[in-house]
Amino acid sequence: MKPAPFEYHRPRTVEEGTALLAKYGDEAKVLAGGQSLVPLMNMRLARPANLIDINRIESLAYIRDDGRALRIGALTRQRAAERAPLVAERCPLLRDALRLVGHAPIRNRGTIGGSIAHADPAAELTAILVALDGEVTARGPKGTRVIAARDLFVSYLRTSLDPRELLTEVRIPALPAGAGWSWMEIARRHGDFALAGVGVVLAVRGRTIAEARIGLTGVGPTPVRAAEAERLLVGRSPSEDLWNAAAAAVRAAVTPDGDIHASAEYRTHVAGVLTQRALREAWERAREAA
Amino acid sequence: MTPRRITLRVNGTTYTAEAEPRKTLADFIREDCGLTGTHLGCEHGVCGACTILMDGQTVRSCLLFAVQAEGADLATVEGLADGDRLHPIQQAYWDHHALQCGFCTPGFLMTTVELLHDNPRPTEREIREGLAGNLCRCTGYQNIVKAVAAAAETLADAPGALRVTGAAAPSRATSAVAAPRKPRATPATSQRARRSGKTAKRRSGPKR
Repeated sequence: MKPAPFEYHRPRTVEEGTALLAKYGDEAKVLAGGQSLVPLMNMRLARPANLIDINRIESLAYIRDDGRALRIGALTRQRAAERAPLVAERCPLLRDALRLVGHAPIRNRGTIGGSIAHADPAAELTAILVALDGEVTARGPKGTRVIAARDLFVSYLRTSLDPRELLTEVRIPALPAGAGWSWMEIARRHGDFALAGVGVVLAVRGRTIAEARIGLTGVGPTPVRAAEAERLLVGRSPSEDLWNAAAAAVRAAVTPDGDIHASAEYRTHVAGVLTQRALREAWERAREAA
Repeated sequence: MTPRRITLRVNGTTYTAEAEPRKTLADFIREDCGLTGTHLGCEHGVCGACTILMDGQTVRSCLLFAVQAEGADLATVEGLADGDRLHPIQQAYWDHHALQCGFCTPGFLMTTVELLHDNPRPTEREIREGLAGNLCRCTGYQNIVKAVAAAAETLADAPGALRVTGAAAPSRATSAVAAPRKPRATPATSQRARRSGKTAKRRSGPKR
């Protein structure tokens, strides 16, 4: 179990990194945390001729609040974001989901940008980015562009990033003041990939739901935004019937695959159950905040 | 492909060696530093046997290339004991029969160092969650959980005891530097360990 040989590059700046990517294109892979790429290389499922290690580009590790969204440098470690007071204050949904990304040693290395760019269909961060209408910034030979979450994820492990582009920043909108949130997932063991997972945000006015966001992971080739379920919820008052209707809409919106861990039917069922639980918890949190 | 000259510190001792960029940090520690206490089970980040501390944080040394650790400060299981005196965490594992074949133990010990540093009084559930990234096929985990709880008790009564030889003890912890050991390169040992690593690999599942 040894990776195939490769040429190793260690840029110190974003400019050096993008220059290397422009030169090698799809002959190269970007190495960030390496928690998904290195296993693939060890098993020789990935054999990049060039490895561009961005871990020494220190300018890519930061968390800032621009008043509307958290701007997170692509190289920010998941563990650092999980512990950042700014994340807890502005987007506790992200903090709660990060705690379930792999295990501590994985999160010590794994990065926010790497998880998004890898686009694993069971990743927590992709579902949050989609649910909150986040964006990423990419830099390439044609300059810098901003990609909306809905335009980013194409299929299993595929994004609309060009092989010559470097993902530099992830923007995750802050939750509205007083909003309730919940991240729920089911995994066979703490830290394993979720069989299904859901993130919910509810903004509340009085007894009425003013805004709803629902994003799911592990239930299809890309993260799923449950738009129909969201529409059902807005303008309504909470009730078990309403949560049931939203769960039914979620079950209709997902297309999971079955594998050795769970059948497609089971994942669909779990997605509905988790949605109900998450809606209840988000509503309770919104009420407590009011 | 071109070999690189890599310098790093393990348990307070500086090592320099040439290695291809594709050499994992785990193999570098075992083969070039001669420290075979770090074990390799699955070689793809699932089993946790190769867990070490890098600049004070746990990492899977099979998921890093040695070249990435250039200039880093590492701590391995060899850095835990103070001469013949076991580290309190090792002593707790011994006392509570937390190992049988012992293959996974180095990874469990290093994980426990960080776990108890971050959370000195964990609940049983927190211990189980904290250890979930390490696989043990012998013990059924019960005694490992007991050992970690006991180690937490011991360490709570002895502030500053959560140390690892060298400077790379858990981040934010105060670490005492003990006398470095002499590196030993023993080809026979590392070949044997490599074989057992391959046996364990076949048993590991296709998870994260």
